[in-house]
Amino acid sequence: MTVFRMPSLGADMESGTLVEWLVRPGDRVKRGDVVAVVETAKGAIEIEIFQDGVVRALIAEPGAVVPVGAPLAEIAAEGVAAEVAPAPPIPQPAVTPPTAPAGPPAAPLPQRPAAPAPTAPQAGRVRVTPAARRRAAALGIPLERLPGTGVDGAICLADLPSSAPPKRAPAGFDPAAMRAAIAAAMSRSKREIPHYYLSETVDVSAALDRLTRINAERDPPARLLPAVVLLRAAALAIAATPEVNGWWEDGRFRAADGVHVGWAVALRGGGLIAPAIRDADRLALDPLMAALRDVVQRARSFALRGSELTSASITITSLGERGAESVLPVIHPPQVAMLGIGRVVTRPWVVDGTVQPRRVVTLTLAGDHRATDGHVGGLLLTRLAALLADAERL
Amino acid sequence: MTPSETKRLVAEILAGIAPEADISTVSGDADLREALDLDSIDFLNLVTGLHERTGRPIPEADYPRLFTLDGIGAYFGEAAG
Repeated sequence: MTVFRMPSLGADMESGTLVEWLVRPGDRVKRGDVVAVVETAKGAIEIEIFQDGVVRALIAEPGAVVPVGAPLAEIAAEGVAAEVAPAPPIPQPAVTPPTAPAGPPAAPLPQRPAAPAPTAPQAGRVRVTPAARRRAAALGIPLERLPGTGVDGAICLADLPSSAPPKRAPAGFDPAAMRAAIAAAMSRSKREIPHYYLSETVDVSAALDRLTRINAERDPPARLLPAVVLLRAAALAIAATPEVNGWWEDGRFRAADGVHVGWAVALRGGGLIAPAIRDADRLALDPLMAALRDVVQRARSFALRGSELTSASITITSLGERGAESVLPVIHPPQVAMLGIGRVVTRPWVVDGTVQPRRVVTLTLAGDHRATDGHVGGLLLTRLAALLADAERL
Repeated sequence: MTPSETKRLVAEILAGIAPEADISTVSGDADLREALDLDSIDFLNLVTGLHERTGRPIPEADYPRLFTLDGIGAYFGEAAG
């Protein structure tokens, strides 16, 4: 038996308000299932579970303010489920497994050990996560006809088209709370992390020319943004420099299991959030563009998942075409580095001994000097510059 | 395309991109990106919306002509005329 605890959804989070349980005692859960909704300074976040098992008991009540690390539920590991299931096993009637998932094929679902009769919902009730309900309402999609892929066939965000018009901040979202959360995280960063800073200005004309050629053949919906080319190059450079990709925990560096890039997204009306694009180095330009669109849109419509807020192994901030020329980033703890991408500007540049107008961008790195020395950070920028110079390979 | 038609079209598209944006306060010659705080993804979505509603291909080289409401009106007015 293990205890499912309130996760930390950022270095700044001290507690969260449990909004809703999406599972009941007796439900079988698998790693990655969304099991609850928690209200935080970053809005209502769907919380995933990180183990397989059976829900034995729900400890926290909806509405409760639960400190990070405090118990939310008891989970029985697979195998002992039958002994601890609160209700006697009732053979499932000949019901097809909760609407065939449209998503990736799940491991064959063992029969649920206990149909939780006392708490069973009325027949025909559609289980749906709040974020999915909001998006469905925004899109005017009837929930009854959707196949759900969440726990017990619950409809979650992944089951809905992502082209929903972004929603305004939900009523529970408090800009002042987000400001306070950013203040806490950044204060901790400046208090604890001995930053070093490096910068390198790089000629990106070739990379942008290649992008122009690609986009000339495409209609607007399929076009790529310069940010995606820069992100792709950065992800490859980070993969080659694992020393900066991970977390500082308990006085030592822990390397990440992949390049999970936190992409800083400015929220209109104030605030900042950096959801993770997982394994960004394995995505070619088009899938990376799709991932970027998805994560930016969901960040702005407050439809991110808990794991997207916590799994980033390094953060990138790209200032965009209206931003400043360069930035000295503040590392997001417990990460150990942050990469800044300035605005692309046209500057006189010496190429083959002559001065030419070239489009250049200033790349910056803030490194945690506890984890790495400037030499390693410099290698990252050198690798990134080399990738951008050889743009055809991106 | 009259100025009011332009404004309505852009407002409809932006409603799906930046619901907070209040286009009624934006003057015809103001840069939409500045006035409404649109980033490059937002602007690409605006171009995509204009493309889908008008059928025009809108090459990237034409983007600067779409930075203002006046510019958008003129750009699609030409097509009609």
